[in-house]
Amino acid sequence: MNGSLEIWPQQASGHAAQVDTFILAFTVLVALLAIPVGLLIFVFAIKYRRGKSVDRQHAPDRKVWLEVSWSVLPFLASLGFYVWSTALYFDLNHAPPDSLDIFIVAKQWMWKAQHPGGEREIDELHVPVGQPVRLVMNSQDVIHSFYVPALRVKQDVVPGRVSSLWFKAERPGVYWMTCAEFCGTDHSVMGGKFYVLTADEYAAWLARSGVDTSLAALGDVLFRKYGCSGCHAPSAGVHAPDLAGLYGRSVALANGETVIADEQYIQDSILLPQKQIAAGYEPIMPTFKNVLGEDEVIQLVAYIKSLRQASWRVK
Amino acid sequence: MTVGATLETSPERISYLRAGYTLWSWLTTTDHKRIAVLYLYSITAFFFVGGIAAALIRLDLATPGGDLLSNEGYNRAFTLHGVVMVWFFLIPSIPATFGNFLIPLMIGAQDLAFPRINLASWYLYVLAGMFTLYAVVIGGVDTGWTFYTPLSTLFANGYVVSALLAVIVVGFSSIFTGLNFIVTVHKLRCPGMTWSRLPLFVWSLYATAIILVLATPVLTMLLILVCVERVFGIGIFNPDLGGDPLLYQHLFWFYSHPAVYIMVLPAFGVLSELVTAAARKRIFGYWFIAYSSVAIAVIGFLVWGHHMFVAGESMYASAVFSFLSIAVAVPSGIKVYNWIATLYKGSISLDPAFLFAMGFIGLFVIGGLTGLMLAMIAVDVHVHDTYFVVAHFHYIMVGGAVTAFFGALHFWWPKITGRMYNITWGRITAALIFLGFNLTFFPQFILGYLGMPRRYHVYPPEFQVLHVLSSAGASILAVGYLLPFIYLLYSLRHGQPAGPNPWGATGLEWTVPSPPPKQNFAEMPIVTRPPYDYPIRDPMSRE
Repeated sequence: MNGSLEIWPQQASGHAAQVDTFILAFTVLVALLAIPVGLLIFVFAIKYRRGKSVDRQHAPDRKVWLEVSWSVLPFLASLGFYVWSTALYFDLNHAPPDSLDIFIVAKQWMWKAQHPGGEREIDELHVPVGQPVRLVMNSQDVIHSFYVPALRVKQDVVPGRVSSLWFKAERPGVYWMTCAEFCGTDHSVMGGKFYVLTADEYAAWLARSGVDTSLAALGDVLFRKYGCSGCHAPSAGVHAPDLAGLYGRSVALANGETVIADEQYIQDSILLPQKQIAAGYEPIMPTFKNVLGEDEVIQLVAYIKSLRQASWRVK
Repeated sequence: MTVGATLETSPERISYLRAGYTLWSWLTTTDHKRIAVLYLYSITAFFFVGGIAAALIRLDLATPGGDLLSNEGYNRAFTLHGVVMVWFFLIPSIPATFGNFLIPLMIGAQDLAFPRINLASWYLYVLAGMFTLYAVVIGGVDTGWTFYTPLSTLFANGYVVSALLAVIVVGFSSIFTGLNFIVTVHKLRCPGMTWSRLPLFVWSLYATAIILVLATPVLTMLLILVCVERVFGIGIFNPDLGGDPLLYQHLFWFYSHPAVYIMVLPAFGVLSELVTAAARKRIFGYWFIAYSSVAIAVIGFLVWGHHMFVAGESMYASAVFSFLSIAVAVPSGIKVYNWIATLYKGSISLDPAFLFAMGFIGLFVIGGLTGLMLAMIAVDVHVHDTYFVVAHFHYIMVGGAVTAFFGALHFWWPKITGRMYNITWGRITAALIFLGFNLTFFPQFILGYLGMPRRYHVYPPEFQVLHVLSSAGASILAVGYLLPFIYLLYSLRHGQPAGPNPWGATGLEWTVPSPPPKQNFAEMPIVTRPPYDYPIRDPMSRE
């Protein structure tokens, strides 16, 4: 048996420290609510034990002000913590614009990562310290959940939708990365190591992985290979949406709705082209669902994201 | 309250246990007391099935490598444990046994409103139990009790459909019981038994029955959809066919969160009876306690989204569900504080039933307040799907509901059987269960905060010390749960006759002989006093 007994998890980020501060402060309130109950049970059970001679006159059977106060006061105190906790949570939903986007594919039972520079890894994730990182995640089969306890963050990865999560790791080290949502037979071994690297280590790691083609460049090749450019290139004769500067723009749909072109939209447009039709275009695009591999979809999405207005043509 | 003289000679005044000795007389009975006993037998059997699965899990987790079971075997063990304990023990436990036995006695009725539907509900329970055992015997299910899609519809290779059928059928058993209770409480109260004189046990079972009737059909429909997708490949939750896996989670928790209150509201009702009888005192704040049950039943329907904070629901939805989840803690808090206030200036006995009640309060407070922590989204994002959650809900369901069940068993056993059990053994058991429970589940809060995910067969070695503590506690808990079988069964033959009111408690059920006659009341009782009217003024009582 491993004799060590840990009772507090490591903190790898500022968010982790904030969550710990929150829970410790909240534990104080919880203790204030609980301790009187535990104490009074014993005090009353001893003091008013049956057969003991003690003053039992005028026992109240209601006191509305007392009941209202022990209903309302703990609730109001909890609301203060509610505001604090919800603010922490809202921060988790707003990734900084300069985040490094890393694409994650979850499948039974592994985590695959593709970095913007084209580096790939399985059941490991290397990130630079002090740099906001946004994970753009897909599942190939069931629901998984990306979880690094040292960061105090977790996000379910649901098939059919793009889930994202961001963090800024601030303490270099090696941490545990795992799957938190039950995903079948080998659920408990779906995990690996999460490396937070200093700038030098990260540069060395990038150099070591020896990839010189970025994700977007790989996507550029695929864009021609699978014939996407045949319709979507400026010179194409087919009436198809222009993809330059698409990412992050709002798109009017044929059904009158408007969506923001995020990773989810771009991926759906490749795999489920009939789901959301851009206004003014015929629904003629075929699906690439069983044509593209999961890595290729990511590379294409990365390529389309990289297309700035000027990089394609000037309107 | 006044009760007419009993006519010991007439055949209706024979004890319900002596009204027929054949198996047939039991299997065709419509007497609510006999059906309660049938339920007591069957849920006890399933408590053992689920308990054996739990023992396997805890044994296996004593080593980080999980050397006892395979990954698949472990997944099947915890699925079996969850399915059996939730649907075949916890949900029917207090309502179908003590509710069945006591509601008519407490409100001065001769039976439930629909005695044959009551028997039908037990047969459905047994049928569903057979489906479950069949699924286990032919190989088991590995989806977890939550049956999350698309794992359950597209990927799991166990016998999912037979387990789903079991849960669908047992749901109808729940609905029948709930319907019966609602109608009975509305229509069969004896003269003078106004809503303000209703024992709080009846109030809480009334609130429970409302949830059973309103929430269970959602589960029934949902699981039928899962069967349809699994068997016929029709896309409902499968994203490749245009479905949405999160639709499943919304509907599942729309039932399953209220289901937590199905398990714990009856326990609250038991506590109000135990605390007043132990202190021989009127309940403090009758109306706050009664309406808090109704408030829990209503607000409990509006908090399901707190199970999905990290599943991909919108952050604004999460913020609303977090707020409502904090609100639903208020009525539970009211009850606990009011029970404590009831003890003030009471005349407190330390009989086993009260020791269980004390244990319940301690464990429920920990379970409830850690629930409040989980309602805070920033905390939940970290500890969701970890042992922190496992510890929290076991504190509610086992520390709360099961402890209350044992408290009820020790309180009403003399009424049900007519015999007293050994009080000392009862006290030892209450203490063992409290200690064993805390040793089992408190380390799991720490494990969860450290980041140990639930449903893990293999885990990092640094968690082993806490897991071993937990398994050691589980062995103490197992002894605590087994002991009552010895001294309660022993009391059936060798126990002293209990008399109608061994605890000196109020309530109509204590005015009839123990065990009660086949026909509960020889004459229509007429209630003239408020509930928990201590000291007892009833001239019939033999204090």
